[in-house]
Amino acid sequence: MRYLPHTPDDIETMLKTVGVNSVDELFSAIPEDCRSKTSLDLPLPLSEWELNARIDELAATMAIPPDYKVFMGAGSYEHYIPATVSFLLSRSEFMTSYTPYQPELSQGTLQAIFEYQTLTARLLGMEVANASQYDGASSLAEALLMAVRITRKKTVAVSSLIHPNYRRVLETYLAPTEYPIIELPYLEDGTTDLDAIKNRDDLAAVAVQSPNFLGCIEDLQLAAQKAQDKKALFVVSFTEPLAYGLYKSPGSFGADICCGEGQSLGIPRSFGGPALGMFAAKKKYVRNMPGRLVGQTVDSEGRRGFVLTLATREQHIRREKATSNICTNHSLCALAAAIYMATLGQTGIKELARLNFDKTEYLKNQLKAAGHEIPFERSTFNEFVVKFPKNFENTYEKLLEKKIVAGLPISRFYPELSHHYLLCVTETVSKKDMDAFVKEVRT
Amino acid sequence: MKENLGATGLIFNESLLWEKGKKGRTGFSMPPSDVDPGKADKTLIGDGPDFPDLSEVDVVRHYIRLSQWNFSVDSGTYPLGSCTMKYNPKTNERQAGQPGFASAHPLLPPSLSQGALKLMFELEQFLTEITGMDAATLQPAAGAHGELTGMLIIYAYHKSKGSPRTKIIVPDTAHGTNPASAALCGYRSVPVKSNPDGILAPEDVARIMDEDTAGIMVTNPNTLGLFEENIKQIADIVHAKGGLVYGDGANMNAVMGIVRMGEIGLDVLHLNLHKTFSTPHGGGGPGSGPVCVRRELEPFLPVPRVIEENGQYVLSEDLPQSIGKIHAFYGNVGILIRAYSYILSMGAEYLKKASQLAVLNANYIKEGLRDIFHLAYDRVCMHECVFSDKNQQAHGVTTLDIVKRLMDYGFHPPTIYFPLVVPGAIMIEPTETESMEDIDRLIDALKAIAGEAEKSPQLLHEAPHNCKRKRLDETSAARKPCLTG
Repeated sequence: MRYLPHTPDDIETMLKTVGVNSVDELFSAIPEDCRSKTSLDLPLPLSEWELNARIDELAATMAIPPDYKVFMGAGSYEHYIPATVSFLLSRSEFMTSYTPYQPELSQGTLQAIFEYQTLTARLLGMEVANASQYDGASSLAEALLMAVRITRKKTVAVSSLIHPNYRRVLETYLAPTEYPIIELPYLEDGTTDLDAIKNRDDLAAVAVQSPNFLGCIEDLQLAAQKAQDKKALFVVSFTEPLAYGLYKSPGSFGADICCGEGQSLGIPRSFGGPALGMFAAKKKYVRNMPGRLVGQTVDSEGRRGFVLTLATREQHIRREKATSNICTNHSLCALAAAIYMATLGQTGIKELARLNFDKTEYLKNQLKAAGHEIPFERSTFNEFVVKFPKNFENTYEKLLEKKIVAGLPISRFYPELSHHYLLCVTETVSKKDMDAFVKEVRT
Repeated sequence: MKENLGATGLIFNESLLWEKGKKGRTGFSMPPSDVDPGKADKTLIGDGPDFPDLSEVDVVRHYIRLSQWNFSVDSGTYPLGSCTMKYNPKTNERQAGQPGFASAHPLLPPSLSQGALKLMFELEQFLTEITGMDAATLQPAAGAHGELTGMLIIYAYHKSKGSPRTKIIVPDTAHGTNPASAALCGYRSVPVKSNPDGILAPEDVARIMDEDTAGIMVTNPNTLGLFEENIKQIADIVHAKGGLVYGDGANMNAVMGIVRMGEIGLDVLHLNLHKTFSTPHGGGGPGSGPVCVRRELEPFLPVPRVIEENGQYVLSEDLPQSIGKIHAFYGNVGILIRAYSYILSMGAEYLKKASQLAVLNANYIKEGLRDIFHLAYDRVCMHECVFSDKNQQAHGVTTLDIVKRLMDYGFHPPTIYFPLVVPGAIMIEPTETESMEDIDRLIDALKAIAGEAEKSPQLLHEAPHNCKRKRLDETSAARKPCLTG
C-alpha cells in the first residue's frame, strides 16, 4: 500500500526496539473481550486507476452545467471560478497544514486569514469578522445564540424569508434551550412584515435575510430602526454575498451581527458543502463572538506577524463556559473566498454584481412579456420568484428531460405559494440559454 | 547525525493585500454582457466594498509567497497529538474535484443526483461497519459539530423517555469541545478524574452516575493515548441507570479493524474524517464529523436521510423523532468523497494495518525518548504518547522552548500543554504514514534538543531561529486586538 512506508524489515526492527514480539502484542492493553472477532466487511482495496473509474461512473450520473441549464440558486450558486483560485488552494502548504496554533511556521495561513477577515468586514460593512464557520445555517444559529448571551433576553424574532433550511438548523440548535422563536410573516412586496415585534420588549434579536429567500432586497433601514427601538440586536443573514457588490451592505444600516453563506465567492457548489460561514459583528461584541480570530502583533524583533487571538472565548481554554463549541473553522474555504475577492477587486466585484443583476432583470422581463406573473415587486439581485400556470408541474418535468431546470418550486417551503418558482441567473447563464428557456414556457 | 532537515533559504517578504495593487487593475476575466442594463433602484445601490484592485500576477505571487511561510504535512513530519496529521492522498483531491460532484446543485431532484446519493449511502455503510454501529449521519461539518449532533440526539432520546436529564459525565482527559458541546444542550458537565494508570475506573463512574445524568462522554483511546480498558464495565454502569455512552472518535486511528465501538457498549460515536480518514486539514478546516449510532437511536438522526428504494437513492424526511437539520444541506460532501476514496483505496486489510503501524510508530517513539523525556504514564501506548518537560525544568527549559526549537530542526511541534492532566505535556502522534527513518530523525532531533537544554538553554529560549518570524507577542495581541487591516 503506497501510503504505508514500512517494510517487513522495518517492522521487525521497530518491534524489537519496543520490546514486543508481534504487532498484536502492541494491543495487549485492549482486553480480549473488547477486540473484534471478525475482520471488517469492506470492498477489496482499489488501485488508483480502479478508483478513478468508480468515481467517474458515479460522477457521470450527476446533472451539471453546461450540459444542464440550471436556473436554480436557493443558497447554492453557480459562478465562474478563476483557475488561479483552485491552483493556489491546492498548494500543499495551505491544504495539508493544521490550525495555526504554532504561529512562527504558520504565518502564511495566519496572514491569509487576517486578510480574509478584513475583506469580509469590508464587504459586509462591519467592524470585525471571524476566521469563518461551517456554513450560512450554523452561522445564523451561532449569531442568535450570541445575541441571547449579549442581551440576556431569550426570544428571537426571525423572518420567514430567511432560507427555510437555515431556520430549520436554527430550530435544531435552540431545541434543548427552548428559546422561543417568533416567525415574522412577509408582505405582499416580498419583504418581511415587522409588525409583530411592535409590542415585544423581550427580544434578543431581530433577524432578516437580504437578499431574502424570495430574492428580494429587504428594507434594512426600516428593520434596523425597528430592532433598535426594541433594544434587540439586528442580525442580517445572507446566502448571496455577491449582492453587496451592487447593493448597500448590511453594516451600512447598522447591523449588529451579519452572517451568512460565502459559497458564491470562489467555492464550488459541491452538492452543498463544504461551504463558508461568514460571520461579522460590531467591535464591541467581539468578546462574545464564536469562532476563531486572527490578530496582528509583532515578533520578538518587532516585525509584523499574526497569531490566533482572544482564545479565552474558546472551548479549548474555557471548556463548558466557551462562547461556542466551535473548534475548527472552514479555513481553506475562507482562503478561497479571500483569493476570489482579491482577484475581483472593488472594480471587478461591482462589475460582476451588476452583470448578475442585468441578466436577472432580462429574464424577469422576458418572462413577464411571455405572460407570467412576477408576484413580488421589490428589487432583486440574481434571484426572483415567478408564478407559473397551474399545470406547470408537467412542464417542469418535460423541461428536465430537455436538461433545463426551471428553478426551485417553493410551495414545499411556503404552501401558500403553489406554482411559484424561485429562479436564479448568474454571469454563467447566457442570453441564448434564457431565450431558449422562455421559448419553452411561453403561454 | 545526518544533516539537519531544517534549512534556511530565500523566502520573500510580502505586504498585506491592500498595501498592493492600483485602481484599474484586475485579476478577473469578466464575461462580456449580452443583455441590456437593467433598471436598478438607485436608493439601494452602494459603492461596493473597498477592495484593492490587483492583477492576476499580483494575486498569484502574493499567495505563493504566503504559502512558503507555512509548514505542512507535505513538507515534513507533523506529529501533532490528537490531530492525526497523516498523509493526505492526492488521488482523493482528483476524485472530489470531478465536475459531476464539484458543480452539483444540492437541491436538484434525486433522480438527477444519484451518484452523490449513492456515494453517501455507501459511505454511511462503510462507517457503520468500521465502528460496529447501526446507522450514521454525514451532516456534521466538523468533529465539534458531530459532538453537538450526538449530544442533541442523546437529549432527544432522554426527552422521548420523559426527561432530558441535566448532567453529563466528562473525564478530565476530554477534549475541550466535549463540555462545550454538552453545554449547548444545557447539560452540566460532571468531571471524573482518570486513575493513576491514566484511565477511568468503573467505581469512580459508578459513584456519580445517577438517573439525572444523561450519560458519559468518553474518548477511547483517550487523550493520553491509552485504551480505556474498563469501557465495557463503565458502559454497563451507565446503561443500568438509563444513561448513554458517547464516544469521541478523534482517536479512532488507533483501532480500525481491531475494536468496533458498537460492540463494547458505545451508543453514539462521532468520527473525524479529517483525522482518521485522511482528508486534508486545510489550515483548520473544512473537516467532517459523521455521527454513528446504535439502532435504538436511529430515529433521532438528522434529516434528510439517504435511503434506497427499488435501486434508486432518495432523500427521506420521514423521521418524526429526528433532531432536525444540522447543516444547510447534507454536510461537507466534498470531504465525504475524499474519505470514501480513502476507504476504497485501503480496504479492510490496509485500514487495519494503518492502525497497527500508527501504534507501532508511537511506541517506537516512546522507547526512543523514554530516557530523555519524562513519560507521564509508562505503559504500552496506542497511537500517541505523552511526555512532559519535567526532566528539562532543572535547566529552566519548558515544553514551549523545546517545541519551538524543534521547528529549527525541520519538524512541526507536537501538541503541547494538553491533556491538562499532564503538566507541561508534549503529546506526540506520528501516524502510520511516517517511515522509520522519518521517526528516527525526529527522535534524534529531540535528543539533540535535550542536549542543548543542558548546555545552552538560551538557544531554546530564543527559538525558533530559522522561521519566517521569531516568537510572537500573543499577550498584546489579545489585550489590544487588531483583527482587521
